[in-house]
Amino acid sequence: MTESLEEFLIARRGTGRPLLVPYVTAGVTPAWTDVVHAYADAGADAVELGFPFSDPMLDGVTIQEASDRAIAAGTTVKGILEEVATLDVDIPLIAMTYSNLVVQQSTAGFCAALTASGLRGLIVPDSPLEEVGELADAAAAEGLDLALLAAPSSSRARLREITERSRGFVYALTRMGTTGERGEIPEQAARLGRELKGLTDRPVLFGFGVSNPAQATELAGHADGVVVASALMRKLLDGARPRELGEYVASIRRALDQGAR
Amino acid sequence: MDGMSWSGRRGVAAPAARAMSDPGATGRFGTYGGRYVPESLIPACHEIEAAFRGAWSDPEFHSRFDTLLTVYAGRPTPLTPAWRLSRELGITLFLKREDLAHTGSHKINNVIGQALLAHRMGKERLLAETGAGQHGVATATAAALLGLKATVFMGERDIERQELNVLRMNVLGAEVVPVTTGSRTLKDACNEAMRHWVSSVDNSYYCVGSVMGPHPYPWMVREFQRVIGEEARAQCAAELPVGVPDYVVACVGGGSNAAGTFAGFVDTTARLVGVEAEGGAAATFGRAGVLHGFCSLVLQDENGQVTEAHSVAAGLDYPGIGPEHAHLRDGGRARYETVNDEEVVQALLCLARTEGILAALESSHAVAWVIRAAKSGEITPGSTVMLTLSGRGDKDIASIKELL
Repeated sequence: MTESLEEFLIARRGTGRPLLVPYVTAGVTPAWTDVVHAYADAGADAVELGFPFSDPMLDGVTIQEASDRAIAAGTTVKGILEEVATLDVDIPLIAMTYSNLVVQQSTAGFCAALTASGLRGLIVPDSPLEEVGELADAAAAEGLDLALLAAPSSSRARLREITERSRGFVYALTRMGTTGERGEIPEQAARLGRELKGLTDRPVLFGFGVSNPAQATELAGHADGVVVASALMRKLLDGARPRELGEYVASIRRALDQGAR
Repeated sequence: MDGMSWSGRRGVAAPAARAMSDPGATGRFGTYGGRYVPESLIPACHEIEAAFRGAWSDPEFHSRFDTLLTVYAGRPTPLTPAWRLSRELGITLFLKREDLAHTGSHKINNVIGQALLAHRMGKERLLAETGAGQHGVATATAAALLGLKATVFMGERDIERQELNVLRMNVLGAEVVPVTTGSRTLKDACNEAMRHWVSSVDNSYYCVGSVMGPHPYPWMVREFQRVIGEEARAQCAAELPVGVPDYVVACVGGGSNAAGTFAGFVDTTARLVGVEAEGGAAATFGRAGVLHGFCSLVLQDENGQVTEAHSVAAGLDYPGIGPEHAHLRDGGRARYETVNDEEVVQALLCLARTEGILAALESSHAVAWVIRAAKSGEITPGSTVMLTLSGRGDKDIASIKELL
């Protein structure tokens, strides 16, 4: 049996490297699976796959545009899972989507289908502690690690519960806001990172507005690593090819590794 | 009033157990409702729920709310007998005249309540989404009244359709932000308002315009709109020998005027009917799903992508329905009907020409169903019908001109 997302990330972290999880919206281009391979070759520790939804409440303009493009191209959960099953990468894949796609048939069925296709993690940003019960149980039953979000606005009691119930890693939001490239890292990110690291040994990854190697390095200093999404999708929407996206991920990889020395 | 038959049937109340009450900490109406928002917004939802619970049990808050509804919004609104139309249809039709409330629709009730709450919480800015612009105008109005700032998100297509309301919001000092994503209508305005709320939650209060959104909004908005139903019930009791109408009818987009109306009659024998636009009929054609922070019936394709609603009435162009309506439907306490654009325009003209009342296209949906059901005999002759006329039609004149 393959190791879980969490076991994999903890092992990687154990080698002393900051974790790097780049993102791609499944179906945004016919070559999106090549993007996944390029990320893997560039030293990604896992890849986050966006399953596009028509009303992505927590996403900024870039991921909205990527989602719209993917949906217009006929992307469906079933189609994505069929392609995922053909991928040949040795790092974990993590699905990211919204509740409406999870509950379509049944929550348990959704989790089972993800696992059957080889996915090892899941992120559902509009399923907070209040609503996550059934989903968390279904994911656990399938051995799928459900990563929960932690926000700068979360109370310490909530952060404690989030770190206890999250699986795979804890997804720390650098800021109050949507996904999207930003100029600077807010002070609240460092505080959240410190607090989470004090509460859990689970990997803590920062996401939202991690736009370049310098920001990735700065944030990785406050936690175990970063998720990079909009910056990559912006390049892809502007015409970048999988190889170029891989090169950008490699540049972040190098910066992270140098910063960690 | 000559020629009207005031004789109704038995109107003995048969209370439904705890119908339309407090949904508790989880905000569930049966399996619907809940709080499907990102972790970043959860503290704000808890804060608003606590503030609302505190305010709603505070006599001083009620006193301020009731006073503003009276001296500012013009409540109580009248219950007008539709004399000529009643005779034509062979029924007794009463109109609850929310079109006569300040700003021209029932939206003002909810907005005064939420603006008072935001003020009590020390927030500086109201955020709102709007479709037809009525909620936006009401929000801009309440913000001006209480010295708050207002930012209103409105789909680009609706801005074109509802130019007059955009001007009204500007005159009232609100900032109107065009939403250019997706279908560029109400659903996308909701997404954008939520996104903005996440980034400004410290000093901004999201003033949701209907019985939708994460808990406590569906419940809170229904409570602020309850005044429609409570007034109408007392007015019916005074006007009707049996006290209670046979039918209580209201149009439904998200469903706030219907929820407020139904809340006053849910424990009576009145049959509750919500009327949706055929192209936006979530209660009729929707499937259970999650949108804009709550679980309800949602119009969506077989892959779970939310579809665009289409209606001549911008205020009903919404692919979901308030979670409590979904619950009332499942339990059979209310039923939901659809009418098409053509019937709506004809109903608008009919009411204008028989009663001298120019109703909003949204409200004309309810009128259209009553006309159809009375003519087909579905509403038996001699029945009494209480219809909430949610707003006035001035804003729709340009659209109507094109449709004629």
